[in-house]
Amino acid sequence: MTVAVLVEGLTVEFGRFRAIDDLSLAIDYGEVRAVIGPNGAGKTTLLDVVSGVSRAKSGRILFDERLELTRRSEAAIARSGVRRKFQKPSVFEALSVRDNVEIGLGGANDAGSKEKVAAILETVGLSDHADRLASELAHGQKQWLEIAMVVVSEPKVLMLDEPVAGLTDEETERTAALVRRLRTPGRAIVVVEHDMDFVEAIADRVTVLHEGRTLFEGSMARARADARVVDVYLGR
Amino acid sequence: MIAPKKAYLARALDDRVFSGVAAATLLAFAAVALWPGLSGYRVNIVGQLACFALLAVALDLIWGYAGILSLGHGLFFAIGGYVAGMHLLEQSVATTGITPDIVQFMGWTALPNWWGPLGSFSIALLAAVAVSFAASFAFGWVSFRSRVGGVYFAIITQALVYVAMLLMFRNDTGFGGNNGMTGFQTIFGVPFQTPGVAEGLALASLGALGLTLVGCRLLMIGRFGRLLVATRDDETRLRSLGYETLRLKLAVWCLSAVIAAIAGLLYVPQVGIINPRVLSPELSLEIAVWCAIGGRGRLAGAVIGAVVVNAIKFSLSATLPELWPFVLSALVILVALIFPNGLLDIGRWRPAMLTRPGALQPKDAPS
Repeated sequence: MTVAVLVEGLTVEFGRFRAIDDLSLAIDYGEVRAVIGPNGAGKTTLLDVVSGVSRAKSGRILFDERLELTRRSEAAIARSGVRRKFQKPSVFEALSVRDNVEIGLGGANDAGSKEKVAAILETVGLSDHADRLASELAHGQKQWLEIAMVVVSEPKVLMLDEPVAGLTDEETERTAALVRRLRTPGRAIVVVEHDMDFVEAIADRVTVLHEGRTLFEGSMARARADARVVDVYLGR
Repeated sequence: MIAPKKAYLARALDDRVFSGVAAATLLAFAAVALWPGLSGYRVNIVGQLACFALLAVALDLIWGYAGILSLGHGLFFAIGGYVAGMHLLEQSVATTGITPDIVQFMGWTALPNWWGPLGSFSIALLAAVAVSFAASFAFGWVSFRSRVGGVYFAIITQALVYVAMLLMFRNDTGFGGNNGMTGFQTIFGVPFQTPGVAEGLALASLGALGLTLVGCRLLMIGRFGRLLVATRDDETRLRSLGYETLRLKLAVWCLSAVIAAIAGLLYVPQVGIINPRVLSPELSLEIAVWCAIGGRGRLAGAVIGAVVVNAIKFSLSATLPELWPFVLSALVILVALIFPNGLLDIGRWRPAMLTRPGALQPKDAPS
């Protein structure tokens, strides 16, 4: 089976601060991988480097075992099929919900693309809000809208940065169900999240980062039992 | 559920304020063309206002839609203006044979040889478009590639126009120094005093304004416009959806610069002079003020702002010119306090908003 994202010897520095330190990890197609860890562990930085927002000092990131991502632009990475949802809900506030999703789809404007947009709005539960401005949506709805914008292009790697931050319990459950539905054999999903119950509900495996390195990799149940993980993160 | 698709042009006129402004432009065009009672002075004012409105529309494209504030748009206006000046001097000399003042005070014996081709209007028009495009492309490419944005971009554009002004004030630069170019005798071989010349220039300006308004509106309600708004709202998000925002920004920046140059090209024959004062930072700031007062991101607001502010300026300059800076400042403060999104918000204003500052800043308003 091909590895969706292969990170090898990745180091990222901001000035003298080393956010990611010689990190290696492999994420397979078909899995939901949660990346957890205390603040400053390098979780968002990892997503930033994979999506091209930040640059690596050394190391490489292979997508689909063929594309090196560390030297590509954000737009090129996105077009190759690696897309991410940002931590803060990032939608185009002055545009309608439908326009937002259409922009996520790219250029096409045929009947097929209209169907795709309608289908994804149905999936995230925003069909009734398609003609409203994105700015009028509630926080949770904006999170779902951004997921729809990212997913409508059918990315092979989907990265979600704190998708349930600020959501109610009920909204969190709906988001968990949504993530499970987005899981397909041809797609790798990477989730950064602090809500451990949510992580347990969606993740096939978790990677615990600490000070820019991998501290633990395995199931959530075993992570909860791991003394080092409890010590630096879960026990706090 | 897909809304029935209206004809594109019909959708362009959906916005009542926009339709109103487009209709007013058309009405002004008809008045200048058909109403003999309109004095030459009034016609000239209308023509100048149309040029300022065109300039404001140019700025609204990049500031209102793409969120890129330029405080140096006088530069592109001046490019059009200087090209118009050279064109008018060349063909005035060709028609009348009178040596213009610029030849004397620059210490020349005749106009520079390389100005010659600019005597043809089509070459002058082409030159204005090409030079403004080249200048904006070079500056935009460097700035947007380095991801300079927001207030930094605004400050650099302000510095740029200031540098251009200092350069043009020097006689050595070769464009008339602080005197600039004036003393235009004829346009298309017709003396400026001939009845109908002022009308023709005003009609050309109003026509350019009307066409630009409708053209830009069509462009802005389409995909390109939506992507510009997306760039303004969250450029990082748009990039991470696979769009090269550099191209989008560069395209609208160059379009805006070319429109500003055309405004300058139309303006100079109507005022009879071009000098480095159009490159003063104050004028460039004023363009932004017109847009802010009228309301950004809807094209109509830019026209309203430019016309309202300049109409007040014209009427004051006849009576109390020294009051103008105070009136302008007061206007800016008032609009900022009461209508943060410009005069387009008048319809939504309620007295209660006076006691609740910021109440008129709902998230859905174009920001």
